[in-house]
Amino acid sequence: MKILKLRKDRLDFFASVVQQFGEVHAPVEVDGGYAFRRLSRWSEARLNYPRTILPPKKYFLPQRETLFRFVPEKGYVPSAEGLDTRIILFGMHACDIYSLNILDMVFGGAYPDPYYQARRKHIVIIGIDCIPDKHCFCRSMRADFVDHGFDLFFYDIGDYYLTMVGTALGDDMVLATGPLFEQPAEADVDEYKRRSSNKRAAFQLEVEIRDLPEIFEMEYQSGIWDELGEKCLSCGSCSMVCPTCYCYDVADSADLGTRDGARMRIWDSCLFSTHALVAGGENFRHSRASRIKFRFYHKQRGFVAEYGRPSCVGCGRCVAACPVKIDIVEVLERLRGVQHAVSH
Amino acid sequence: MPSAIEAPVTDAVWSANPYQPHAARIVRIYNMVENNHLFTLRFVDEDIGLSFRHRPGQFAMLSIPGTGEAPISISSSPSRPGVLELCVRRAGRVTNALYRMKTNDLVGLRGPYGNGFPVTEIEGHDLLLAAGGLGMAPLRSLLWYALDNRDRFGRVTLMYGARTPADMLFREELVSLVDRTDMNCLLTVDTDPGSVWKNHVGLLPGLFDHAEIDASRTFAAVCGPPVVYKFILRKLLDLGFRKDRILMSLERRMKCGVGKCGHCSIGYKYTCLNGPIFTYWDAINLPEMI
Repeated sequence: MKILKLRKDRLDFFASVVQQFGEVHAPVEVDGGYAFRRLSRWSEARLNYPRTILPPKKYFLPQRETLFRFVPEKGYVPSAEGLDTRIILFGMHACDIYSLNILDMVFGGAYPDPYYQARRKHIVIIGIDCIPDKHCFCRSMRADFVDHGFDLFFYDIGDYYLTMVGTALGDDMVLATGPLFEQPAEADVDEYKRRSSNKRAAFQLEVEIRDLPEIFEMEYQSGIWDELGEKCLSCGSCSMVCPTCYCYDVADSADLGTRDGARMRIWDSCLFSTHALVAGGENFRHSRASRIKFRFYHKQRGFVAEYGRPSCVGCGRCVAACPVKIDIVEVLERLRGVQHAVSH
Repeated sequence: MPSAIEAPVTDAVWSANPYQPHAARIVRIYNMVENNHLFTLRFVDEDIGLSFRHRPGQFAMLSIPGTGEAPISISSSPSRPGVLELCVRRAGRVTNALYRMKTNDLVGLRGPYGNGFPVTEIEGHDLLLAAGGLGMAPLRSLLWYALDNRDRFGRVTLMYGARTPADMLFREELVSLVDRTDMNCLLTVDTDPGSVWKNHVGLLPGLFDHAEIDASRTFAAVCGPPVVYKFILRKLLDLGFRKDRILMSLERRMKCGVGKCGHCSIGYKYTCLNGPIFTYWDAINLPEMI
């Protein structure tokens, strides 16, 4: 991989140059948290942020998306609304980039989803490294580093960003800045390594995931699920803020006064009581306990069987968002039967 | 502007869109059982009709413009191409809207989806079909596939039970199979209020007394309400069936049909991709399956 470095005080200039490649979106402060938004000025960007409230999946799988317009004489006509918008997501963390690599598996496969694919191809990703806070367990989920899925990735090495160039487009952005980027020296790589091991030591949470699928099978009848079912409000917040939750509902709506309409897809959650409802009223996950169990089971066991890894990147958003403080790390530790422990 | 982001990627939205419903005309509506009509559909575009090649046990996504989309199992056999027959239970918004439509009206259709029955694996073996109530709808495709390719299968047995004769799907058609010598068609009803029923009266498992089944060379396909699974599965295991030779067709509310939306997920399988046909061995290993 092509590796360069950029002086930190030249980042503003770099940001002004990349504007020619698309709309620049970055984390900004909103309501006491952070959200990816379109910047009106570069100074709004907050690259030193813990996590955004919603993950960047909102750009790739919007909360509401029109799949088709319906016109009586033409039938269902695909909508390409918004698919061509060139957006630059500036400042994505490794776990969030990793989550897109996971979603790529779901929205690829034998039936590639053309809406997701189009957005994925049009959205430029510039990653930046981060220091874990009290909710982060990305290292346990093997998502604290990401080796692909970005155009550029910046590692903070003091006065410089060590810059990984992931794609030809990333290289074009580098070249468009003229001689802004420099070749890194051996000392820069050493500084990277030093900070990498500091980051490793900064994790306050650790979960062992290796045999979690087996433990989920063994603990399927565990009383933990009923306990969680009592606590859970089925609000679905954890799904909405999860960067790897992708369940959606599909609904047609008719325009008033005409026979036209649209087919939309809307974020859904397996915690909602209608998720496993079938025709005639049969519900395969009627109880809240069965639904919260399903969410954990699908992420840590089902998805592993299907795609080879959990559909969790350890971003900590579900823990931060849960109104009744259901904590995935705690649940996994209880299932495993170990006390909270940190080992470096 | 670099060329890397100039590629016309949105073309796929038109050319390779797995969610694209295709117009199909209702050519016949047959009032088979109350609230379980048989809809015969033909694609408006002949090429799309020809390229729609399903396997017995697969399903299609049916769209009613402005109302929505629902998964429906295909009841016709691929050995009888040209039209698709969907046995649709009137149960929700989409199916209610379909029941308001008339012959010649247009609906949307896409598919086929799901794994279907492993017909090439079944070929060369005996086949036992056991259905209760509405469970005949997904098995009927396999039945006709076997009868239309009779030489590829050993003994073919159908055991089908409904509450009363009026509740029996495909009644006339199935009654006409009773006299066939190349298969054993066993039909039963729980009760016969009209006293006109000339076949068996009694519960479905009782039909095993009239069937000759050699578990070592037979695949069983089972579909019905939970009570059917409860008794039939027990019986099949007692007869010595291997758990992976008992095939079941499951119902889930797919929203996409192609393994994305998450609605039909059971344990670690998607009903739409890995099913809707599962073996009994799968069922034991997947929680909440039936």
